[in-house]
Amino acid sequence: MTASVAGKDPVLVLGAMSDIGRAIAQAYAAEGHPLHLAARHPERLETEAEDIRIRHNVAVATHAFDVLDLEGHGPFLDGLDPAPSVVVCVVGLLGDQQRSVEDPAAAELVMRTNYIGPSLILEAAAKRLERRGQGVLIGVSSVAGDRGRGSNYVYGSAKAGFTAYLSGLRARLCKSGLRVITVKPGFVDTRMTEGMDLPKRLTAQPEEVAKAVIAAHRQGRDVIYVRPIWRMIMTAIRVLPEPVFKRVKI
Amino acid sequence: MMLSGWGNFPRLDCRVAAMRGVEDIRAVLDEAPLIARGNGRSYGDAALQPHLTLLSRHLDRFLAFDPANGRLTCEAGVRLETILEVFVPRGWFPPVTPGTKFVTVGGMIASDVHGKNHHVAGSFGRHVESMRVMVADGRILECSRQEHADLFAATIGGMGLTGIILSASFRLLPIQSAWIRQETIRATTLEETLEAFEESADWTYTVSWIDCLQGGKCQGRSLLTRGEHAMPDELPAEVASQPLQPRRKRLKRVPMDFPSWALNSWSVRAFNALYYGAAPKTAAPRIVDYDSFFYPLDAILEWNRIYGRHGFTQYQCVLPKQAGREGLRRLLNTIQKTGSGSFLAVLKLFGKQDDLMSFPMEGYTLALDFPLRGPTLGLLLELDAIVADHGGRLYLAKDARSTPHMFRKGYPGVERFQEIRAHYGARGKMQSLQAERLDL
Repeated sequence: MTASVAGKDPVLVLGAMSDIGRAIAQAYAAEGHPLHLAARHPERLETEAEDIRIRHNVAVATHAFDVLDLEGHGPFLDGLDPAPSVVVCVVGLLGDQQRSVEDPAAAELVMRTNYIGPSLILEAAAKRLERRGQGVLIGVSSVAGDRGRGSNYVYGSAKAGFTAYLSGLRARLCKSGLRVITVKPGFVDTRMTEGMDLPKRLTAQPEEVAKAVIAAHRQGRDVIYVRPIWRMIMTAIRVLPEPVFKRVKI
Repeated sequence: MMLSGWGNFPRLDCRVAAMRGVEDIRAVLDEAPLIARGNGRSYGDAALQPHLTLLSRHLDRFLAFDPANGRLTCEAGVRLETILEVFVPRGWFPPVTPGTKFVTVGGMIASDVHGKNHHVAGSFGRHVESMRVMVADGRILECSRQEHADLFAATIGGMGLTGIILSASFRLLPIQSAWIRQETIRATTLEETLEAFEESADWTYTVSWIDCLQGGKCQGRSLLTRGEHAMPDELPAEVASQPLQPRRKRLKRVPMDFPSWALNSWSVRAFNALYYGAAPKTAAPRIVDYDSFFYPLDAILEWNRIYGRHGFTQYQCVLPKQAGREGLRRLLNTIQKTGSGSFLAVLKLFGKQDDLMSFPMEGYTLALDFPLRGPTLGLLLELDAIVADHGGRLYLAKDARSTPHMFRKGYPGVERFQEIRAHYGARGKMQSLQAERLDL
């Protein structure tokens, strides 16, 4: 990569083809950060990369990356030049709850894609950043991980695992100068939620998520909900006693 | 999903699908009739198809830019607003711009939009060098004035009825500043107004706001505004050091639908008197930022709500130049007689027509908003008759109610248009509610 703005940290976006990933990449580029975009299909990423170069005049590189290929995580990170000092993981898979309940393989894929893969790639990135003594790791988790609900607990439990992992990682790294940010977007108007009938007041646009991520990064926040109303909703959901909660259809 | 055009009429439940890439579109192509929709700023039923409306919001990537000649290639869902944000600071401006920047490139091509520079620059389609269009069978055709020239010509101004515009290349205009040198001329009669247009023919941008509630000797009184891109040495000292940095403004939003009685001939008359009276009497040049010059209404988000929840319609017609003067008089007489004038009555002299289905033709265009109430529809039919009498036509991007007969009379290219649509398999497949209404 060439022509990166002096002083701006290179940012790696994992899952850069997703609507939220795209928006986060655009937002960092708008602030002048050079980018590494990673996704399973790098040939399609090139269009995204060129779009960002034209709009923001920053250096953008594209990479093939599969979060499920655990063996490949290390070599992938070591191959990035310049090494990123901000790593954002947007990888996720909603899956279909009914299918996940019936088919263990489907459930396993949801668990690996939302929990194991994202946790371990950020762990691997943390090890590399620790050597340099600075960096920011950002994990896009979900409000679904705040409590297991009958309607989507396979996805929710995987996100819960990821949220817990991020929390632990943050605690372990807090003295090392590295920061970890957990992002819980709530409903977002993306491909993943297309066709669902979502309440407008609770549904963020991908650009809002990106703005919230950048703000959290600048302000040194640890855990953010994109729309503040979600913090209240999830607090209420968390404090319901289990005998009541189990009967609530949500 | 409930959808409507900018006029909020008609409003209906449409099945929608988002276009993110070619695969998404191919996956739903069998489910035609369908129509592509940009940012929903056409006023009527042009971007509505209850059966399937394809949303282009995510088809919004810049694909290539050549700083040597200003050629930009981008996907159809890119908004003009974004083009301005990215390229004005680098010294480039859209070659043609409509009165709002909240439109998409695909929409600008499909409606073949015009701007205040139509008399010198033609409509937007004139500046398009090539396009990629997906036709009804899923093929993607690269088209231009040389290649698939028939599809190219019919897609410009074709209201999305030939295929789905995926991307386009066009040349941006080099500018030296983000500012416009503007002059305003007060004209007290229609004669003076039309003379002012002739006299301003060398100006790049001309438009006039006309007070259509005035009759008698004040009929046609207007404020003609003309403008040029300002050179850096014309700018006031406080902005001259960064001539391409546009001024950032706070946007206001109309918070609610106004009750339908809020707009009446008295409130409009009062507004018009104030507006006309506030203008300087002599043509003193002023330097204004491009947003104020081109997009005054964009500063008020959701301004369509002042017309109340019943919605409104914008009536925009063009009359050929020879018959124009007489025709304009008859239109103004009719409007004045009924007293249903509008805040926004705009008159402009167009240059020559560009493409098969382009709305602009050499002559005068008049645009007015009317709240949708019973009597309005009767008035519009009267206006239709005058327009048809003088060999004029209506602008499809604004239309929600005209008849197939009126349409065919105004657009002699329609037979050829239908042949081209048939050739590319578009008939019955690429079909908006408007197309159905107009028997296309």
